[in-house]
Formats: sequence, C-alpha cells, structure tokens
Amino acid sequence: MANALTRIVSPLIDQNPVTRQILGVCSALAVTTSLDTALMMSLALTTVICLASAIISLIRHHIPHVIRLIVQITIIASLVIVIDELMRAFAFELSRALSVFVGLIVTNCLVLGRAEAFAMRNPVRPSVLDALGNGLGYSLILIVVGSIRELLGQGSLLGVTLLTPVEDGGWFQPLGLMQLAPAAFFIIGLLIWAIRSARADQVEPAQYQLAGDRGRG
Amino acid sequence: MADPTLSRWRFLSRNNDDPVKIVGVASLTAVTCAVLVASAATLLEPRQQAHLEAERAARMAAMLDTLPGMGELLAETGADGLTTYLVDLASGQIVPDMAAADYDANAAANDPETAVAIPASQDLARLRQRAPLAPVHILERDGGVALIVLPVSGTGYQSRIEALLALEADLNTVAALTITAQGETAGLGSRIEDPDWQALWPGRELADASGQIVIDVVRGQASGPHQVDGISGATRTGHGVADMLRYWMGPHGFGPFLDQLRDGGL
Repeated sequence: MANALTRIVSPLIDQNPVTRQILGVCSALAVTTSLDTALMMSLALTTVICLASAIISLIRHHIPHVIRLIVQITIIASLVIVIDELMRAFAFELSRALSVFVGLIVTNCLVLGRAEAFAMRNPVRPSVLDALGNGLGYSLILIVVGSIRELLGQGSLLGVTLLTPVEDGGWFQPLGLMQLAPAAFFIIGLLIWAIRSARADQVEPAQYQLAGDRGRG
Repeated sequence: MADPTLSRWRFLSRNNDDPVKIVGVASLTAVTCAVLVASAATLLEPRQQAHLEAERAARMAAMLDTLPGMGELLAETGADGLTTYLVDLASGQIVPDMAAADYDANAAANDPETAVAIPASQDLARLRQRAPLAPVHILERDGGVALIVLPVSGTGYQSRIEALLALEADLNTVAALTITAQGETAGLGSRIEDPDWQALWPGRELADASGQIVIDVVRGQASGPHQVDGISGATRTGHGVADMLRYWMGPHGFGPFLDQLRDGGL
C-alpha cells in the first residue's frame, strides 16, 4: 500500500513530469491562459494517460518488440480522438478554447513516455497508479500556472472576478504579458527554481566542465 | 501448450518475434482502434452538429448586432427580424412552399443525388459541388431589400471555410462578413475569425462599376473600395476567402438571384 502511495505521490513534486523531467511543456504553455482550460486539459490528459497505460500494460506480453511504439501510439491516438469527440459533444465551449491542443496530447512525450518506460514492463495496477500520479503531477503544474496567469492577467479565477480591473472601476491593472506564452515560461521557470532550491538533490550535475575547474570542484 | 500442433494455431501463444504474430497484433490493434474511433465519431455527431448549429445562429445574431443602424432599421421596417427564403441558385428564383428551416444545404451538397457539380472553370472556391438550393436571409423594407445575408463556403489553405456575408440594399456593399467555421493554421490563417480582421470588411464593394466582381484580399496595404488587407503569413487563407466570395457572387452562385432582385425586387 505504501508502495502504491509512493507511485502516486512521487510524480507530484519529486519526479514531476513538467518541472523535473521537462515533458509536456508545449501544452503547459498553450492551455494555461485561464484556469478552466487548464483544468479541462488536465482532466483530458489524466484520462488518456491512465487508460493508455492500463490497456498497454494489459496486452504488454503480446506486443511484439519491433512494432511496440506503433502499437502504443495507435492506442494513445485512438483514445485522444475519442476524448476529443466527447469534449466536442459535451463541453463544446471548452473544446473550442483548447482547439488543437487536445489532439496534440498524442505527441505529449509524457503519455508515450509512461507507456514505454513503465506500462510495457509492469502489471496493470502499478501501471495505472503510475499513470495517475504522472497525470496528477502534470495537472498540478497546469493548475498552478493557470491560476497565476488568469488571476494576474484577467483578475479572475474560473471566470469569477476577484480583482476588479481598472476598466470596470477597480484598482487592478491586468498584466497583459500573463496572457502571452512567455509568461508560462517564466512561471514554470520560477517553479523549477523554487523546487530545486527546496530540494537540492534535483539539481543535475553539470554535464560539461572545464578541466581546470574540476580540481576546485 | 502440451500439444505442439495445437499451439501452432494458437495465435496468442506464438512467439512475439513471429511474423504472423507481428502482422496479427498490428491488424488487431488497427481494427479495434478504428472501430472505437468510428463509433465515437458516429454516435456523437448529432450532439456536435447541434452545438455547431447553435454557434452559427449565435454568430449570425452577433453579426446583426454589430451592424450600424440595425436597431433603427428593424424599428423602421416594423419587422422583428430576417425572413429566410430558399433560393434555386441556377434560376435565381425563390422556391415557394418549402420551409427553409427543414433544408440541410450541407447534406444536399454531399449527397450525390442532389448535389450539383461545379464546372472546373468556375470553381473558384474549390468546392467541386454545391447544393442546388441555398437559404438566404432578407430584411425587407417597402417590398425591397434592406439587408441580405448570404451563406457562403469555400476552401482556404487547409480547411473548408464557411461564412455569412451581409450585403446592403445595393446588393454590392458589404455590411458585414462573419466567418462561422474554419480550420486554418492556428495563429495565422485562423485569425480570419478575429473581429479585428472582420471589421475591415464593412463598406467594401464586391463588384466594380461594370459589374465585374473584383473584391480581393491583398498583401500589404489595401487601396480602393475593392481590396481588404490580408493577414501576414496567411496569404492563401486570404485568397481562399476572396475566391469564396467571387464564386458565390458569380453566375454559378447567387449571381442569378441577385440579378433578379436588382431587376424586380422580391
């Protein structure tokens, strides 16, 4: 049980797919202009990654090694299309806001990464827990970034105005930059910095060092 | 497993490097996924279409709201909105006794029984075929046209573009253009949906003094009443929009109907 808990908890901060493994950054930039799109994307990705890991883990003994990546991608792509169709039928406005990015979950390294690295080698239960943990880790970053960007960029959260903008007679001057993609880079960068300051073991050793510097360490 | 002849026919117990197993697993995966995707798409289509339809209606209402003087026009004419007619595009006649609401132009354009082929030489919008009838929305005043809204469609850089074109009483000046559907490159061609770009359209004239349809979307600075600024990086999308309007205003599109309106009114 402790083991199962670790699988879910460890990707939240320690092995977070976005801040530690730097995966899925593209979509993290694109869909975090507001909290509701970030939540919807988190839900879509977590669903896809859990289902994909479950299915791939279930048939892992029968996936021929030479075509394993094609089989994995086919399964993931089909799930993504189904999720996309479901969203267009039941969450039309949000699917408009997310536009191509739901479809691009296919190319999110996170999903294929967990399938290839974990689900191909492990039974269904741990695979699903691992996928759920990674999905939640990704969601956590998206929700944090989405909240900061919507609050500072529009003065609202989930569309509810919290800081009344100057235009509507309030005091808050919305930061237009927060609605642009670079803001997500800054916030994710600051998050990585904060996490690595708190947990020094996450800092990678320098890959290339000048010979003279080595002695001084 | 004990019987070797039996295990040879047992597909799943084959070695994973066996060619039959490789092809078999690939085919099984493909077929299963195809069935899943196809059934999701088919089962959910009615719901999705309903959303798209609602969105189209909302955009039309939004477009009419943005038209200057629309409120006064409605008050003046005493009408509470637009009347929708079905037009036979070839003859330019209004089809009586047929409810426009029941007619599905998209379905009629795709159904080989009803679709009308567009001759290649006239197919500016690259549609290949269109429906024989089209709905038009007209605001009447004194038996004449005060405003007309025409549904148009065409081909952009990578997708089908659908739009509503509102014309003023002279049937030549654009009152508004609203893109209702497109799947152009996000951030480039898709900006034809931006209100800023669509705001460039009102006041443009489609045909010149001789009646030739000359409306165009140009690179750089537009000049004259027949040109609209294109979007940088979306040249072909801009051309797609211009070609779409040229086709639908032309002799194979709404041309005959508009001629009749000019000659004798409704």
